[in-house]
This record gives sequence, C-alpha cells and structure tokens, in this order.
Amino acid sequence: MNKPLRRIAIFCGLLVLALLVRDNWLQYVQADELKNRDGNHRVLIARYSQPRGNIIVDGQPITGSAETNGIDFKYKRTYKDGPMWAPVTGFASQAYGANQIENIEDGILTGNDDRLFFNRTIDMITGKKQKGGDVITTLNRKAQEAAFKGLGDKKGAVAALDPRTGKILALASTPSYDPSKISGATSKDKEAWLGLQPKKDKDDPMLNRALRQTYPPGSTFKVVTAAAALENGKYTDIDAPTESPVPWKLPLSTQNLPNEGNIPCKNASLRQALRYSCNTVFGKLGDDLGKEKMREQAEKFGFNETVDTPVRAYASVYPEDMDRPGNAMSAIGQFDNRATPLQMAMIASAVANDGKLMKPYMIDSLRAPNLNTIEQTDPEQMSQPLSSENAQKLQSMMETVVKEGTGTSAQIPGVTVGGKTGTAQHGVANSKNPYAWFISYAKGHDGSPVAVAVVIEGSNTLRGDIAGGKLAAPIAKNVMKAVLETERAK
Amino acid sequence: MSSSTTNTTTISTAGPPSRRNTELVMLVFAVIIPVFAYANAGLALSDEMPSGMLSYGLGLGLLAGVGHLVVRKFAPYADPLLLPIATLLNGLGLVLIWRLDQSRRLAQRAKDAGMAFAPSAPNQLIYSALGVALFVGVLILLKDHRILQRYTYISMVVALILLILPMFFPARFGARIWITLGSFSIQPGEFAKIIIAVFFSGYLMVKRDALALASRRFMGLYLPRGRDLGPILVVWGMSILILVFETDLGTSLLFFGLFVVMLYVATERTSWIVFGLLMSAAGAVGVATFEPHVQSRVDAWLQPFEVAKNGGSDQIAQALMAFGSGGVFGTGLGQGNSDLIGFAANSDFILATVGEELGLAGTMGLLLLYGLIVERGVRTALAARDPFGKLLAIGLSAAFAIQVFVVAGGVMGLIPLTGMTMPFIAQGGSSVIANWALVAILIKVSDTARRPAPAPAPTTDAEMTQVVRP
Repeated sequence: MNKPLRRIAIFCGLLVLALLVRDNWLQYVQADELKNRDGNHRVLIARYSQPRGNIIVDGQPITGSAETNGIDFKYKRTYKDGPMWAPVTGFASQAYGANQIENIEDGILTGNDDRLFFNRTIDMITGKKQKGGDVITTLNRKAQEAAFKGLGDKKGAVAALDPRTGKILALASTPSYDPSKISGATSKDKEAWLGLQPKKDKDDPMLNRALRQTYPPGSTFKVVTAAAALENGKYTDIDAPTESPVPWKLPLSTQNLPNEGNIPCKNASLRQALRYSCNTVFGKLGDDLGKEKMREQAEKFGFNETVDTPVRAYASVYPEDMDRPGNAMSAIGQFDNRATPLQMAMIASAVANDGKLMKPYMIDSLRAPNLNTIEQTDPEQMSQPLSSENAQKLQSMMETVVKEGTGTSAQIPGVTVGGKTGTAQHGVANSKNPYAWFISYAKGHDGSPVAVAVVIEGSNTLRGDIAGGKLAAPIAKNVMKAVLETERAK
Repeated sequence: MSSSTTNTTTISTAGPPSRRNTELVMLVFAVIIPVFAYANAGLALSDEMPSGMLSYGLGLGLLAGVGHLVVRKFAPYADPLLLPIATLLNGLGLVLIWRLDQSRRLAQRAKDAGMAFAPSAPNQLIYSALGVALFVGVLILLKDHRILQRYTYISMVVALILLILPMFFPARFGARIWITLGSFSIQPGEFAKIIIAVFFSGYLMVKRDALALASRRFMGLYLPRGRDLGPILVVWGMSILILVFETDLGTSLLFFGLFVVMLYVATERTSWIVFGLLMSAAGAVGVATFEPHVQSRVDAWLQPFEVAKNGGSDQIAQALMAFGSGGVFGTGLGQGNSDLIGFAANSDFILATVGEELGLAGTMGLLLLYGLIVERGVRTALAARDPFGKLLAIGLSAAFAIQVFVVAGGVMGLIPLTGMTMPFIAQGGSSVIANWALVAILIKVSDTARRPAPAPAPTTDAEMTQVVRP
C-alpha cells in the first residue's frame, strides 16, 4: 500500500504548495494594489490615525486637525475659513474620501510618501508618531479675501494669476461650502454631505467653478480674436481703420450681427473696436480669419486642453466643427466656445507677460515635517500665443478699455490696468441671466504681477455689455489692488 | 522517496528512541510562543501587559503538560511532533480570538445590529480544555486503534445520522451544518469526518481485493464491476445530498475527496481517482447550475470586488484586502484592521487576521505547520504495519489536508469559499474538540507503528529490502 500512500503524500504536498504560492501572490505580488485600492478602508484609517499635515497660505496654515474619539479614526480634518478656501483645499472626509489638494498630496499630508521614508524611519526608531508634511501654496490671502468677499452672495468665480510665473494667487468660487462640515463620519456629516449634492442644492456648492465650470466667454473672447488678427498679420496697426461695415450680416445667413447700443463701430480701428466692444468688427474678423486660425490661436492660449495645477482644470473648448456663422459668433464668445475662469485669466496673463504664457500652478513647494523642502515647483512656460510686439499692441488696446472704454470701473489710481469686459448670454433665446465677465491685469514696476478673470451670473436688470464692467470689474480691481499691496510690501 | 530504506527506519527492531524528550522541548516552545504572542497583542492594543497573561500561560502549559504526560504513559513511541504543533496552533488561535475580542469595531457593529457582543476567547479556552480532555480520553481508553475495526458498520450509521441531522435544524448564515440544542450548537460535520474515516478504513480493508481485482481492462483503465460501484455511488449521492440540502460545499467536497483517496490507497487502482474526479466534477457542475447559494459563492470567488460593490457580501474582498495590507511582515498582532471583515472574522476568516497581522512570513509559517501535521500523519500511515492503521492514518491526514486547503483556499480566493473552519485556530467548539480527537488517533496509530516489533516478522511489502543473512 505504500506506493499510493506516497502519491497521496505528494498530493497533500501540492495542496499546501498551492496555498503557499497563492499566499505569495496575494501578500507579495499584489500586496500594494490590494493595500491601496479603493474600498480598502485602511487607507482612510491610516489617513486619520495621526494629525494631517497642513495646507499653507502666506506662511499660515488654512487647515488643522482635531482629535475625535471615533472607532476608526483618531483625528478629523478642520478648516479655517473653509468656504473661502474650499476651491483650493478641496475636502478630506472620513466618510467620503478626499479631493483636490487634499487628495493629490495625500501622501505628503499623511507622511506616507516615499520621499518621507527617512523621516518615518527616524520617527519609528525614536518612537515618535508619524507626522505629515505640509503643502505650501502660491495663493495670496489678501487677494483671495478680496475675491471671495467681492463675490459675496452672488454666483460666480474668480481666478487670479501672477503672469510672470504662473502662480495662482486667488481661486474663489461661490456659492461655496465648508469642508469642515463634512470631514467627519457622523450622521451630521452625512446630512451635510447629502445637503451639498446637486440633487439637493441646485447651486452645487461643491463645484469648483474657477477650474471646473466652463462658461460662454462673451466679449472677453474678443481679446483672443484680436490676438489672432495681429498674429496672422490681418492688421498690424491697431489704430488703422478696419474694413468693417455696419450693419454686418452673418455669413450664410440673413441675420445681422447686432452691436450693443449705438456705438461707433463702422470701420473702427482695433483699439476702438475693443474699447467699445464692437461685435461687428470682431465677428467679421473671426470670419475673415476662418475657424482653423481662430482655433489655433485659442489653443495657443490653452483651449481644448486640461491643465494640472496640480488640481485638474477642465479643458476650455473651441470646437473643431463649426459652420461659418458659428465661427463668427464664436469670435465674439457667443456660440459653442466655452472657457473656465482660469482659462480667461491665462489669456489676460499671456498678454500682460508680453506674449509668454506661463503654466498655472498653485503648489509652490512640499515640506517635510522637519521643514526641509522636498519638492519645489519651478515656473515653466506653456506656450507663446503672441509675439512680444503684438502683446504690447494688445496691452495698449486693453489699457484703453480701462482708461476710457467699458472697463473704467477697474481703474486703480497710479497703476496701469488693462482689461476687457464681457457679457455672455445664455439659455434659449437669451432667457437665462447673462454671465458678466471681466478679465484684466495690472502692471507693477517690473512686469505685471497679477492677471485676473471674474465671472458672475448676472442679474436680470443688467443685460447689456455694461454688466461685465458693473458687476465683475470692481471685484477684479480689488483683487489686483490686494496683490499690488503685497508686492509693494515685499 | 527513492529508496525504501528511509521509510523502514521506523520499523527497525533495535528499539528506536522514543523521542518523548524531544516532544517535551518542542512543547515548551509551543507554550512560550503563544504566551509571547499574547503579550505582544496586549501591548499593541492597550500599551500594557494583558491581565490574563499569567493564567493564560499556566492554562496552556497545563493542557500541554497533561497531554504530554498522558502520551508518555500511554503512547510512549508516538510521533513527537503532532502534540506540540497542535498545542502551538491552538495557543495561537486563542491569542488571535482574544485579539479580535478586543476589537471596538466588532463590538460597535454588533451593537448596531442589535446583537450582544460576547468575547469568544474564554469559551474557546474551555473548548480547548475539552478537546485536550477528549485527546487524553482517546489515548487512555483506546488501547489499540485496531479496536475501531469492530465498529465499522456502527460508525457508518452514526456518520449518516450526524450528516443528515442538520437538515432538520434551521440554517445559519445560509448553511445547514448545525445541530442546535437550546443555546448549544454543534457542527456534526467536524466529528463525522473522523467517524467516516473509521468506517471507510474498516470497509475498504475487507473489500479492497474485490474492488481491486475484479475488474475488466478498458482503454488502459481497470473498470470496476457494477456491483462494486454501489458503495461509491452511495457516498457520491451523500455528498450531493449534503450539498443540496445543507448547502455545505466544504463538507461534501471533504467527504468525497476522502473517499476517493482512501479507495485509491486501498485498491492501488488509478482508475478510481479518474472516476472520482469525473463524478465530483459532474456533481459540482450539476448542483452549481440550479443551486443559487453555490452560484453566489462562485460569483463571489470570481469577482470579489464587483460583488462587494454591488451590495453583495464583501467578506472575500475584505479578506483579500486584509492579506494585501499585511504585506510581507504584517502589521504586528493587534495592529491590523482585519476586523473589517465583520462577523466570522474569528471563525471562517481567521486566516485573514493571520495574514494581516503576521504577514506573508507568519501565514506561510502557519501553512507549513499544517503541512507538517499532514506530513507526520502520512509518515504514520507509511510506518503502520496493519492495513487498517494505514488506511485510518492516511484517511485522517488527507481529511485534514483537504480541510486546510478548502478553508485557506477559500479565504485567500484560490477556490470558492465553502464555510469550514481552520483546524485548531478558528473559533468554534466542535472544530477544536474534533481535531484534538483526530490528533489523538494519529498519535495512537503512530505509537503502534513505531513500537519496537516483538519479533522481526517477514513483511509482505513488496518494497521491503530483502536482507540475506548468512
């Protein structure tokens, strides 16, 4: 009977071997994937087992951690001025995960990042608790306050950049939400969370409008059209009259493209056309250039591409397939092209920075718990939408707009400001409230320290092109002033 | 395994060392390791030595000591590894169960579900004591394992009753594997595997020639006669019945596998294995097609994470994540989160706690300990000198091996989950007590096998080396 016995012994050995192989597969080969996969509650448990590192603005933390005595989680995330900073920080919730910086830099904030391995080892040897590192942002508290307060209870967003580097200085979105209210895992947090969902709250307070909502850009897009005209050599002298009949009929259509009110647009020069925001001039320009050239110019400014700041900003759109009238309407920002506030701020910043577009970013550096810098973000150029010569021409045009055009309410005494207003109609047959836009930049003693874009869902009373100047320009002005003050204080 | 002389060393007449002192040294380790593990878990959970430290150490030491003394007296030539490994596994199991008792999360979940959360470790300690008592009882009362041959048909009847009874009791957690008496419930399947092994050994010992020799050759296989197929079909039918009415995949797999293994050993006919595999495949496919419970288990095995996402049971997914989170070295006792598995974390899924807290290293060590028990059992079967003892030892070892494979494989997602318990470490009285009895029988067989032969008898074994004396 011994021969079959030995075979059975081998069979039992194979059973054990199969288990050992499977064990190695699970705990060695697949271990990392299983460890970090969605749905593994341990990720959250570890995330909140110690105080999180902080997100820092102007040297001050805008986040904190509070000790709770939950079963799963020891600490809870807290926020200072949560609603104001929500578009920057995102949320870190025990029950609902995390997003934006809280999610992207989770490794640093928890201290689990590989670059903190050394710190962790030292802490382990000395018996200290693991500590998280900090995320230093590029934001400017005063500018953010000006933006958030300026938006007040209106629905809208502000994005401000430093054109010289691409640093994001302000990123506001209203209505906002307080991430502190959903950072726990209690029934109260659940209630707050459910209350914030678009199903419950039509205003969608958790939407980051500055980066993730595209709006019809309205007349602010005329800056792009003007840039395309200059870059393609359609016109070189901004003060020479253009061939622009009034009324101008949309191509392939019986419709005239109307201007806002009775403004001198017939054969107006580019400068005058931008000053008065002439639809006829820019519509015809877009049509003359054709949709390919228009799209190319838009894409040089960053359209049709997402931007990782590192929080991903959605792509602004300049569609490929449009008919001629559509393209002409797009040239004045009233058709299918859509832009995020960040995108419009990038346009202003490229013009202000003599044609060089810097890649927007909001994380300046990552800091280990021992205050050593682990990673430093260097400014990088994204593209060159305009030659510096053409950029200066466009600057001069935009400065005229603020000096004596539609954007006079953005004037700052003793400072050169350039800008462009816009009012985008939306809804079927213009039934919904229009969006009031303002994009602008201010010049300091060395280059331009700030470019800003503001969009506000306007009210019914202000339907004209003045809405942008009336509603959005004052906010832009205050943001610019705040940045200029901090510049001077440096 | 090339030369047969290596296996005959245990049967030499020169009075082999009894190895009892080896066993004692091993036992000391088998008690110390769980005690240290207990201290480790306690320190990790509450930064202080657990209060029951001394009593636990003494208790485990006492159980091991009593077992050892009884083995010394009543089975002096027994295999020296079986008792220490069983003690070590049982001790580690107690520590793991105690550690899961401390879980605030499990307590909270029980509260949310409106159930009382009672610690399981004290009960498990009592069961372990009962298990060791049964072990001692078997060693003292069973003078010779061959006595069991007399009870061949009685054990058949008892086994049938044990297996059929749960059908008349309410199902728990989707399987009817319990006999409930008031607040007390036992899993008869655990005991049935031993009794079935006794029955098979007795039955096959008598019938082996008929089964092996009365056959026709067909395509290189020996086909058994129709009348000899009867018992096989009965056992196969039993397994299917258990599967259908008690929805207990594990037990039916265990019995059928056990039967095929023992048939093969008894008859030395490979054709039985082929038949066995064909029939189990047919049965499994047949049942799986119309049995929703089995189907859902297979789904949970194939796509554990999808099933969990779609509101099904997330136990397998949680277990896999526990293994993965443990990594190579584990989190350390008391520092993992294997209690996320929820209820059954300390019974069917206790291996996941081992995986997370002791890591790949600890889990492999544990699996190798099980492998060692099986290996010692097979050795015993090889060394045994009577066919009944051979069959009994291989039957018990194979049953043990299949059970470990089915449970560990299920928890690790290697095969569909079947809902049996890890011998010795899982929480559950029936399992601990039955497995101590199993080890006792193996020890008894090995004692008989390794006892110096009264006189060198010529063995019938074809493989024995012929020694020509001048």
